[in-house]
Amino acid sequence: MQTLNQALFIFFAVLAVVSAILLVTRRNIVHGAVFLITTLLSTAGIFLLLEAEFLFIVQVILYVGGIMVLFVFVIMLVNLDDSMRQVQFNRQWFVAGALALVLAAQFLFAIWAGRGALRLPAMAGEISPKNTEAVADALFSHYMLPFEIASILLLVAMIGAVVMAKRRVE
Amino acid sequence: MIPVDYYLFLSLALFTIGVIGVLTRRNVIIMLMSIELILNAVNINLMVFSRMWGSVDGQVFAIFIITDAAAEAAVGLGIILAFFHNRETVLADEMDIMKW
Amino acid sequence: MNTPFFLEHIWLIPLFPLLTAALMLFYGRKLANNVVSYMCAGSVFVSFIFSVGAFFELIARPEGERFFTKMLFEWLPAVPYHMLDGRLAQFVAAWEFQLDPLSAVMILVVTGVGFLIHVYSTGYMAHEGGYYRFFGYLNLFMFAMLILVLANNFLMMFVGWEGVGTCSYLLIGFYFHRKSASDAGKKAFIVNRVGDAGFLLGIFLASAVLGTVRFSDIAPALRAGHFQTGDPWLTAIALLLFVGAAGKSAQIPLYVWLPDAMEGPTPVSALIHAATMVTAGVYMVTRTNAIYQLAPKAMGVVALVGAITALFAATIGVVQNDIKKVLAYSTVSQLGYMFLACGVGAFTAGIFHLMTHAFFKGLLFLAAGSVIHALSGEQDMRKMGALAKRIPVTYWTMLIATLAIAGIFPFAGFVSKDLILGKAYEKDVLLWAIGYFTAGMTAFYMFRLIFMTFHGTSRVDHEVEHHIHESPKSMLAPLVILAGLSIVGGLVSWPEILGGNSHFVHFLEPVVGMAHEGRFEPLKGPSSRMGEINLMLLSEGLVVLGILFAWYLYIKRTELPAKIAKSLNGFYELVYHKYYVDELYDALFVNRAKDLGLALGWFDANVINGVGVDGAGWLTRFVSRASMWWDTWIVDGSVKLGARIVWVLSFPVRLIQDGLVQSYMLFIVIGLIGFLGYYFYLAHHAVH
Repeated sequence: MQTLNQALFIFFAVLAVVSAILLVTRRNIVHGAVFLITTLLSTAGIFLLLEAEFLFIVQVILYVGGIMVLFVFVIMLVNLDDSMRQVQFNRQWFVAGALALVLAAQFLFAIWAGRGALRLPAMAGEISPKNTEAVADALFSHYMLPFEIASILLLVAMIGAVVMAKRRVE
Repeated sequence: MIPVDYYLFLSLALFTIGVIGVLTRRNVIIMLMSIELILNAVNINLMVFSRMWGSVDGQVFAIFIITDAAAEAAVGLGIILAFFHNRETVLADEMDIMKW
Repeated sequence: MNTPFFLEHIWLIPLFPLLTAALMLFYGRKLANNVVSYMCAGSVFVSFIFSVGAFFELIARPEGERFFTKMLFEWLPAVPYHMLDGRLAQFVAAWEFQLDPLSAVMILVVTGVGFLIHVYSTGYMAHEGGYYRFFGYLNLFMFAMLILVLANNFLMMFVGWEGVGTCSYLLIGFYFHRKSASDAGKKAFIVNRVGDAGFLLGIFLASAVLGTVRFSDIAPALRAGHFQTGDPWLTAIALLLFVGAAGKSAQIPLYVWLPDAMEGPTPVSALIHAATMVTAGVYMVTRTNAIYQLAPKAMGVVALVGAITALFAATIGVVQNDIKKVLAYSTVSQLGYMFLACGVGAFTAGIFHLMTHAFFKGLLFLAAGSVIHALSGEQDMRKMGALAKRIPVTYWTMLIATLAIAGIFPFAGFVSKDLILGKAYEKDVLLWAIGYFTAGMTAFYMFRLIFMTFHGTSRVDHEVEHHIHESPKSMLAPLVILAGLSIVGGLVSWPEILGGNSHFVHFLEPVVGMAHEGRFEPLKGPSSRMGEINLMLLSEGLVVLGILFAWYLYIKRTELPAKIAKSLNGFYELVYHKYYVDELYDALFVNRAKDLGLALGWFDANVINGVGVDGAGWLTRFVSRASMWWDTWIVDGSVKLGARIVWVLSFPVRLIQDGLVQSYMLFIVIGLIGFLGYYFYLAHHAVH
């Protein structure tokens, strides 16, 4: 079991990172979208490995099935031929890259300083309540307020999106 | 078991790549996608710690993040569309009206 | 006992002419000339009747009681004040009329001669414009003059004094559209004013020294104050009052206005500048004789000034060619005689001469007016001649007046002039000599006037010659009446030496008795009987010589005057130009006053206007510019400075804000790096 876990982890991890790198570097945006999908799916896989079944489903359905579809739609609406002929990277790519690596280095330093300190506990086996129930429980009791706020947020976003994308009556 | 650090390293890698993408690419759609990438990296982090502590709070938080990401993607894409109607461009470099 | 009618109503005498003057003021324009004539002359006539009545009622009283006052109303209520010697006195003046022998004589002369002149004016001014205005002014003058002579106190007299001065100005400048006339009016008033200043100071000093301004209270005040003869304060008062008299009565140095006053119509010259106004000074000196008699030095000054003026004016009169100017200088000269009389203590003689002078000088002016009227306005004697047959009435009346003024026996002038010379001889031979010589000159120049005007060959302009005509009856009648008075006027004071009893002199005695250490003494007569006759013969002799000399020069050898004038060239010019006194005054006073005016004008225009007005303007502009500078540089500057500071400070920030989202995000990352670096560092050190 251990080795399957590890193998899967390595698989998903590598997939995620490679897709991410490809996402960031492709000229064609549709390619980029596809690679984002794969990244998201890999992430979903990671979630499953961590026994977060609910979130796995949410990730797949919501993120991939909803958000990415939205992205693809918009990509279709936008004329991309011109932009694909342009220079893809902006003038600050070097400085930005460098600074991002510095940031990474910082985080790396922090993680490295505490490596080996934290361990995942063993699998619990049959746990009750099940993950989804537990999430639902917490969501609707402790986190009711944020939940409601999140719904309003979605409402507002919906309205906003409609308003933004509407063709103005000239 | 896979040590927590590995997950953190993964998360860090995705985060960094996302940051580089946001800062470096001219196309705003790619920028938005990079932002999604960053959010995902954070989600992974949350999930790991939720598993480590055995509490479900992290997952709930992650749900909220996903919700937020959805809203943000919707609005952001709407803005991009609106801007495209006006300026016929999706390159961030050319969206520099709000300067001094 | 009941006060008799005319005395009781003495206050009406000035009022009648005032009434008609007021009527002229309001309605004169709308009235016809006849109506104006009857009203104005009529009111004076009524005043004359009242004067006569009052006179008779006065002499009905016994000699010592010929003094009457009638108060109309209290004018200035009593205010206590301290006199010079510390005593407390009340300053009070009332509108109070006084009738005594002196004022009785005056009102008779003023209203009588005044009436005759009013009648004459109806003829003379018949064709002139402003007929009602003339009579209005004339009546106003009568009012003022009557107030002057009937006043009981200095203040009321001063009202009349100023009033006659004003009317003189108005009447001299009657033909106001002629610059020379309006100038002459101004000159008269201003010169008068100088005299009035002295007069006022005299009044103030009198009230300070004597404690009263009331004439009837002066003598008691003098007694109460135990003043010694020659008291310096009294001398001062007397001299100051004389300054006023000199101004009004045209003595040196304030006579210069009288010749110029001939610009006015001839009746004005007759009434004001011969018969009445100019005599006000003599009247005033006589009225206050109590003060003078205690100030012999002042009297000496009066006499000397009078004598010198008489001589001086006579010399100028000899060479004048304008008929009215000759008469004007003659008036100044005769007034000098009156002051000479007062100065030597013969006040009654002075008043007597005043009365006779009113007759013959008034007549002379009116007759001259008749001549001028006959010659259609010609006044230059060099353009007259051989008029005697053509205007006989004028000629004969004028001749009578000339005989009177020359002092030929038995005309009026002889009696009065002789009285004066006699008293002068007693006092001071030098004064007598001056007066004597002047009498000779008077005869000379007056007969020169007659010969040049009426005799000899006619030098009249051809144009004028055709229109020579005798004057209308309204003008001739007064001439005749005055001529009669000039003949018989002397009778009222026929000298005792020649068999008369000097009524006039005696009549006035109560008024002018000597105030000597508390006792009043009547004037003494001349010392010796023989002396007086001799003096008379002497003066008659000189007068006849003068007449003969005039005949010689202007009838017999008419080329001589010009030759003499040429040979005496410089001297002649000097006298002809009136000794350049007017020019002297101009240089000394008039032009200096004008300079002052100009200087003040310059001051006003440049300093006050310049500093004040322009300065205020400049200041305002300056302040506004300053505040504009302030506003632009300081206020706006501080605002701009703030903005500039922000601009400078924001420079680097501006460069950062390029509108590119990605560069902003880069900064976020930079911030994040810093932030995290700090916290990781802390954490690291906390752990280790």
